[in-house]
Amino acid sequence: MAIAFTVNGKGVSVEAEADTPLLWVLREDLALTGTKFGCGIAACGACSVHVDGALTRSCSVPVSEIAGRAVTTIEGLKGADGTLHKVQQAWIDAQVPQCGYCQSGQIMAAVALIERNGTPSDAQIDEAMTNICRCGTYPRIRTAILAATGSAAAAVQGEA
Amino acid sequence: MADNPNPDIEETEAAAAPIAPVKKKGVKRRIFLVGSALLVGGGAFGLYWADSSARARAKALTTAEGEHNFLTWMKIAEDDTVTVFSPHIDMGQGTHTALGLMLADELDAAWDKVKVEQAPSDVAFSNTALVQSFLGEMSGYPGVINALPVAVIGMLTRSQKIQITGGSSAVRFTGQGGMRVVGAAVRLALIEEAASRLGVPAGELTTADSVVTHAASGRSLRYGELAAGAAERSLTRDPVLKSRKDYKLIGKPVTRLDIPAKVDGSAVYGIDFTLPDMRVATIAAAPVRGGKLESVDEAPALAMPGVEKVVTLDDAVIVVAKGYWQALKGLNALSPKFTDGGHGAMSTAAIYAAQDKLREAGKPDGEAGAGDVDAALMAAGDKTITADFRVPFLHHAMMEPFALTAHFKDGKLHLWGGLQDPIGARDRAAAAAGLEMDDVIFNPMIMGGGFGRRFPGVTEIIDQVTVLAMQVPYPVKLIWSREEEVRHGTYRAQSSARLSATLGDDGRIAAWRTDYVQGDNSESEAGFIYQVPATSRRHFGYTSNQIDGPWRSVNSTQIGFYNESFIDELADAAGEDPYQFRRKHLPEGSRHQKVLDAVAERSGWGAPLPEGAGRGIAIVESFGTIVAEVIEATVKDDGSPKVLKAWAVVDCGTTVNPINAEAQIAGGMIMGLSSAIGEAITLEKGAVVESNFNDYNLLKLVDAPPMIDVHFIESDAAMGGIGEPGVPPASAALANALFAATGKRIRALPLLTQAKA
Repeated sequence: MAIAFTVNGKGVSVEAEADTPLLWVLREDLALTGTKFGCGIAACGACSVHVDGALTRSCSVPVSEIAGRAVTTIEGLKGADGTLHKVQQAWIDAQVPQCGYCQSGQIMAAVALIERNGTPSDAQIDEAMTNICRCGTYPRIRTAILAATGSAAAAVQGEA
Repeated sequence: MADNPNPDIEETEAAAAPIAPVKKKGVKRRIFLVGSALLVGGGAFGLYWADSSARARAKALTTAEGEHNFLTWMKIAEDDTVTVFSPHIDMGQGTHTALGLMLADELDAAWDKVKVEQAPSDVAFSNTALVQSFLGEMSGYPGVINALPVAVIGMLTRSQKIQITGGSSAVRFTGQGGMRVVGAAVRLALIEEAASRLGVPAGELTTADSVVTHAASGRSLRYGELAAGAAERSLTRDPVLKSRKDYKLIGKPVTRLDIPAKVDGSAVYGIDFTLPDMRVATIAAAPVRGGKLESVDEAPALAMPGVEKVVTLDDAVIVVAKGYWQALKGLNALSPKFTDGGHGAMSTAAIYAAQDKLREAGKPDGEAGAGDVDAALMAAGDKTITADFRVPFLHHAMMEPFALTAHFKDGKLHLWGGLQDPIGARDRAAAAAGLEMDDVIFNPMIMGGGFGRRFPGVTEIIDQVTVLAMQVPYPVKLIWSREEEVRHGTYRAQSSARLSATLGDDGRIAAWRTDYVQGDNSESEAGFIYQVPATSRRHFGYTSNQIDGPWRSVNSTQIGFYNESFIDELADAAGEDPYQFRRKHLPEGSRHQKVLDAVAERSGWGAPLPEGAGRGIAIVESFGTIVAEVIEATVKDDGSPKVLKAWAVVDCGTTVNPINAEAQIAGGMIMGLSSAIGEAITLEKGAVVESNFNDYNLLKLVDAPPMIDVHFIESDAAMGGIGEPGVPPASAALANALFAATGKRIRALPLLTQAKA
């Protein structure tokens, strides 16, 4: 069936079976491979995107439910002039990624948290940031979120 | 042409030609046992003074008009751009940036003009040529040679087919022995070329920021202008390297080159690769490792939309479709019947029982140590302190599930994906396809984690996608579901051990025995750092139906847990502080003692703690690096552990890029904590019980220490690894902290199982 929705501000129409997860439509039909496949059961968050602004694990949402809605992926976070989102910049400043595979999802989760919350506390970061990172970048993820919201220095966390 | 100081390696141009006959098949799979990821990694120097035909081959593969290749490892373009070819793959550990800056430092190149590219998966960039040509001349690296068993040297010298990333080897071996030497030698050639062009003595020239300058006359030449002439010159093979005080890049914080593409979604991993007309496939292998496919009715899958083909292998069924979801649904529509290969009785409990039985039979496969442990333990009688430990299989859980794309076209097999040994991957694919290795092209891509899982010797997806691609006219990407990934791992071994010791009247350890049961004889890890008069390490070889694979830090994870848990018990038995007890068994003034002292000082060892909290310490040397860690932890209401604070002190000799080194140690520590707290692969009826991240419990941010204090002690010791050594001390430091908090010893992992029990 044809399903029309918006991705990163552009209208798209895809031909897909109704139960196809949004993740695979993004990756295979729309060539937006920044959104990653990690587990397929909404357990790891590598596939996180925003749907009408709400943080969504795209591996577990059928594309039919997305009809008429607005999806933002990691590729859509930059400004129109190519400027990085402040969270992306904070991720670079704090040198967060190692393998980097989970980081699209981590960034989407952090952006959603900050948009909802403004200046999240440590406890709110604990609660909201449930995506898995096997490389163990969690301390720098925390540093980057705090830096992006002006709660802490943006410098790389070196020796403390 | 300048005088050639080493006529035996005179550079001559030769026609590009294969540098070694490539044997077809018959080459044994390189399965990484006996911690050989470390040992083979020890040979991972790559090619640096290869024969001239190899250099010609590398040049042909890497250089375009206006570019000049030096010694295969690097090229300089006439616009001054320096490109460094890394034979190691970056799987998140920051290798590319580190290798680039090591070469650039010696070259005196401007860092903003340096690029690092993945070396082609070609024998001209294999790890082995150096072993062939330099074996007798590696006096600067006696530790490396000593760490290489004869069998491994033999394997390296026989085979051109290794290009490994593993064993925390890239920076300390390829970087130290290769990149720095090449950078320094090329810098000298650039100076010689400039001296000739300017008509001044080379001694009057200086280099900085990719420019050679003659201060007296105020003239200078850019590296790009000198490259063509310098590339024709003989290169000295033993240039003097910079001393620490002259480093411009090494040891300074440098931001990683790969990170910008990892925050905007533009980095392309193996699973992201796509080709026109490509199909996507997914697979289900026999649930019991060793089992075979008995039968499958293909019709239900073929009736599903988008499904194009079902391919059966000896032990698996593959569904090919237009997209992954269609392939997965097709696969789920099938009811394949598999045999259990005779392993139906295998279970976690059965493995521990078999291991106990084997150990109790008392016939070790290997023994090492010094002094008369038997006599000491006998004399101690019931004063002998004994503890039994056990640890489960661990899954690598790289975040990017396995995915390889293959296309067989015009007699050549092309592969795209991320593996820890691209040349080994070609070798394995060639064998599976029945092709010559020269007809297999592997295109390495960045990896979403590796941790030891992506060595071709243990990577059956290479065979699977190859057999599939040979049957279809289109390119095909085979993706493993996470369930396939979790259930068909090459896990860190399930292992158990009995440790026994006695204390002398002086309160010191008089004798120590470690009896451990697992596949690998890990003598190199089992030997510990403490001074004990009588020691014995006995290996009892046991393997189940699983393949024990290298898992980040290999056998040091479990051996580190055994040793550092047990010495804590001995400290307690001696009535001593765990830090001081360790300290007095370490050589006075040693690097180990300094590391231990530093972590105690930084963590405020001995200071009062909040009610219910405890502090634990552990120190492990692995991959040439000494790491001591302290954990403060408590127990939550539900009985699960909560890590409050964490410290690590590291002596790896020289730190190349502190920003990245800190991340590697902290990340390693978190991986160690994750495994200690929640991770276990268990078997029932021969098959893996866990299926995905809902039941394979990885640590999340909420349970990770909010901050890890990582401190480096710089020393002039040989450079150690950084990717792996952060892992091993973590589990014992946590277990020891929980003992301090609760008085209850933890001798089996993971802790969550203990909490529930």
